[in-house]
Amino acid sequence: MMKSKADEEDYWNSSKFKAFTFDDEDDEFSRLKESKQAVNSIRRLVEEDDDEDDVEKVSWSGEPVGSKTSLFKTNPDDLSVRLYAPELRKPKSEYKDYVSDWSPEETIQRMQQGKAFSLEKFRSLQDKLLLLDFAVSAHDGNVITAVLIYLKRTLGKEVLFRELESRQTALRHLIQYLTETRDQRLLLELLRSLCRTGPCTTGREHLSITDENKRRDFLKSCLSLPFSPEDSAHVQDHFTLLERQIIIEATDRQAERGGKVEIFQKFPRRASILNMPLVTTLYYCCFYHYTEPEGTYSSSLNIRQTFKISEKQYFVTALAARAKLKAWSDVDALFTSRNWLGFTRKKSPLSFQRVVDILQKNSAPTQVLQDYVALVDDAELRISLAQKHKCHDIVINTYRDLKDRQLLLGYRGKVERGSAEERKIDELLNNPRRRWK
Amino acid sequence: MFITVFKEHEVEKMFTLKSGRLPSADVKNIIFFVRPRLELMDIIAENVFSEDKLHSSRDFHILFVPRRSMLCEQRLKEQGVLGSFINIDEYILDLIPYDGDLLSMEYESAFRECYLENDQTSLYHTAKGLMTLQALYGTIPQIYGKGECARHVANMMLRMKREFAGSQNQILPVFDTLLLLDRNVDLLTPLATQLTYEGLIDEIYGINNGYVKLPPEKFAQKKQGEASKDLPTEAKKLQLNSAEELYAEIRDKNFNAVGAALSKKAKIISAAFEERHNAKTVGEIKQFVSQLPHMQAARSSLANHTSIAELIKDITTSEAFFDNLTVEQEFMTGVDTDKVNTYIEDSIAQKDPLIKILRLVCMQSVCNNGLKQKVFDYYKREILQTYGYEHMLTLNNLEKAGLLKPQTSSRNNYPTIRKTLKLWMEDANEQNPNDISYVYSGYAPLSIRLTQVLARPGWRSIEEVLKMLPGPHFEERQQLPSGLHKKRQQGENRTTLVFFLGGVSYAEIAALRFLSQMEDSGMEYIIATTKLINGTTWIKSLMDRPESQTP
Repeated sequence: MMKSKADEEDYWNSSKFKAFTFDDEDDEFSRLKESKQAVNSIRRLVEEDDDEDDVEKVSWSGEPVGSKTSLFKTNPDDLSVRLYAPELRKPKSEYKDYVSDWSPEETIQRMQQGKAFSLEKFRSLQDKLLLLDFAVSAHDGNVITAVLIYLKRTLGKEVLFRELESRQTALRHLIQYLTETRDQRLLLELLRSLCRTGPCTTGREHLSITDENKRRDFLKSCLSLPFSPEDSAHVQDHFTLLERQIIIEATDRQAERGGKVEIFQKFPRRASILNMPLVTTLYYCCFYHYTEPEGTYSSSLNIRQTFKISEKQYFVTALAARAKLKAWSDVDALFTSRNWLGFTRKKSPLSFQRVVDILQKNSAPTQVLQDYVALVDDAELRISLAQKHKCHDIVINTYRDLKDRQLLLGYRGKVERGSAEERKIDELLNNPRRRWK
Repeated sequence: MFITVFKEHEVEKMFTLKSGRLPSADVKNIIFFVRPRLELMDIIAENVFSEDKLHSSRDFHILFVPRRSMLCEQRLKEQGVLGSFINIDEYILDLIPYDGDLLSMEYESAFRECYLENDQTSLYHTAKGLMTLQALYGTIPQIYGKGECARHVANMMLRMKREFAGSQNQILPVFDTLLLLDRNVDLLTPLATQLTYEGLIDEIYGINNGYVKLPPEKFAQKKQGEASKDLPTEAKKLQLNSAEELYAEIRDKNFNAVGAALSKKAKIISAAFEERHNAKTVGEIKQFVSQLPHMQAARSSLANHTSIAELIKDITTSEAFFDNLTVEQEFMTGVDTDKVNTYIEDSIAQKDPLIKILRLVCMQSVCNNGLKQKVFDYYKREILQTYGYEHMLTLNNLEKAGLLKPQTSSRNNYPTIRKTLKLWMEDANEQNPNDISYVYSGYAPLSIRLTQVLARPGWRSIEEVLKMLPGPHFEERQQLPSGLHKKRQQGENRTTLVFFLGGVSYAEIAALRFLSQMEDSGMEYIIATTKLINGTTWIKSLMDRPESQTP
């Protein structure tokens, strides 16, 4: 790409070139000269590099550059220029067994720069905490985690947890680390100790716990934490829901296995109800436990009351569930409400258009659809829905009410020949006493 | 580029990291070149274990890009393979060029780290990347910025420069100005559905590393007379960049203008192929044949983009898309942002994808400077009840990031900002745009407006508005060695590098390109960012445990 011609020749014709491997010990530097030239190399600036004069410096465009105007200075700490290739040779101070007497602050700096370091020599609690605080102020997540790993290994749990209470950033990092490494036991202990002594961070961590019983227990212990009132209510609901689901799951799984409960045989459960959202759980109960009295855990009405589900939400869910089961009389019952005179009217918190939509998605027969299309207020909408779902009677009646002969005549072609609907249209059209627009 | 380098160093083969056994190759050394992600460590462990049985004493090495990670090394230790590595190092790759005018760090978690976790590691890398850039392209004399993170990056840059005191960068500066912008100065733009061709491809299919994977049915080669029974099952992978002439032409257009552009191109290509009838002499025929490869490439390019445009059109003409866009535009123009929105309500009830819901409620919150407490509580409850209580984490994250929050006592400044900066242009011309608002068919991205105003007439004219936006705004100057000050020729453009801290969308990039090629702008823009994003990937990065969320 950016080699000059001369370099290329050197590269191919030189016998000194050998494959570069990471294994090579000292003195690889001179052997690598050719390959570096060929790559239009950029020198790695090493701290005790005496060989810099031997390597031809080249600029970005491939032209050799005199040392005065070189792009790259000889400042060993110029890390911004450590750009294009991994280190080819490390200075002594970067080998792992080279240990010097660095303070906590210097150690953190070395860690940030990727240089060798040793945490082992910091034995006192004070030193360890200094390490942690310097790491946090360096804003380097990697370094913070490294220090925490060391502290986790060399500090007693109680001490560590106590110190972390006042160090929110470090605490977050530790929680993330324990979550990623799936150290459930220690994570639980940490969270419990935090809950005992004060606020955790917004109770998010409970989701790191995978076993549902342990999670439920943990949620319970979180309930006394100072959440905002709304969040508190959500955590409470979460706990109650999980508790409920554990009970329902156990009972239903047994019933299904027993083979005697009809609905489980007809509609086998596709998944466990554990950890499902509230609305999904409600749907499940409307599906499998609709007729149960309000006192049971799995009664849909009980769910509605316990979690204060809105009428609209309950309605939509129950409708979908009963429609799926093709229980049309149940669907009908949802809408029926008696007013004080004893008359029944169809009431719905949903638009009837939505209702028709849901019913149609569950393959409701035309007679059923018809009843609800008829309840759509807006005439135009009603007609288009009726036409879409082939509810002929509604179309006919609507056109009749609109006194529109043209439209009625036009619709005749859309109904089946010889059908009752055709006869009805003919009757209307031929009736001499009818007045039309 | 790397492949040439590798070959010169006698790299035998390159493979993509996959779980299971390592593919066979006659080599002694195996180098893993990976990003520091925990899942990859498990795959590497698998690879290493599978080796022991077959080959003796192969040497393993790891290069983390761009940095090592304690967590990853710890994972390797737990897997029992850490000791198998002879070398563990890092390969610092900060800014990756995606196109002639676009650089990205592809640092996915930058926004989350900065605004949720108070972790400024990404800003440190940004500063480092900018120092590298200056080493190659010259010190940038003027630095402007808006936002807390911008301030941090600028401070770090100035400090790093001071640490190299005594040396002067003699390169003639390519950039006149650097503009650092925090993503949270403009939270609205990434939430809106992009309407440029490239933006829509990204929204619907996702562009990764300059590639897009598309459903293969449309791209099946139908030979003459053959039944298309053997349809390919693997997704069609296409590379998207400005090297493809047609793509460069249409990528930044509003999608509604793409059809016309494709027809026009089709006519040109047809005409070119028709030329063969006019080629009579041997010389003319020879010339025609020599141009054939170029024409065939152009035709194939046209076929691909026609197919893609058809796929996109199916979506943009759907009722769902239209309804969604309508609500977005209502919010952007300030209509009914203080009430529960019925479309959102219905969408939750129908259990539409969670991300769609989140984008809409966040947009409403941003356009209202926070939702009324009742509205906020209502949305929150509906979401938790319908999608699960575990999403409380995500909702808290969104609140912390400022995307979905209850109203505080401060007033809503958004209408003022909108009017002053002319963010809503009623009659945006999609076919022949005269303003950046064409990228969202009416909405001018706030971030780009700020960039535009900075160039002319300058930020002093919008002092008041700038104060309403989060974070400080500032200007810094860096000394250039004498003799390097550019003498500007008549009509020569200035170059500004705009760096988005926290992500940038393709629509915003299109808007900047539009500004660059405007007649009287006098300014050219190069774009850099921590990550290329769209509303979906952005919100996803703020979700906790994304693998368990509904997509």
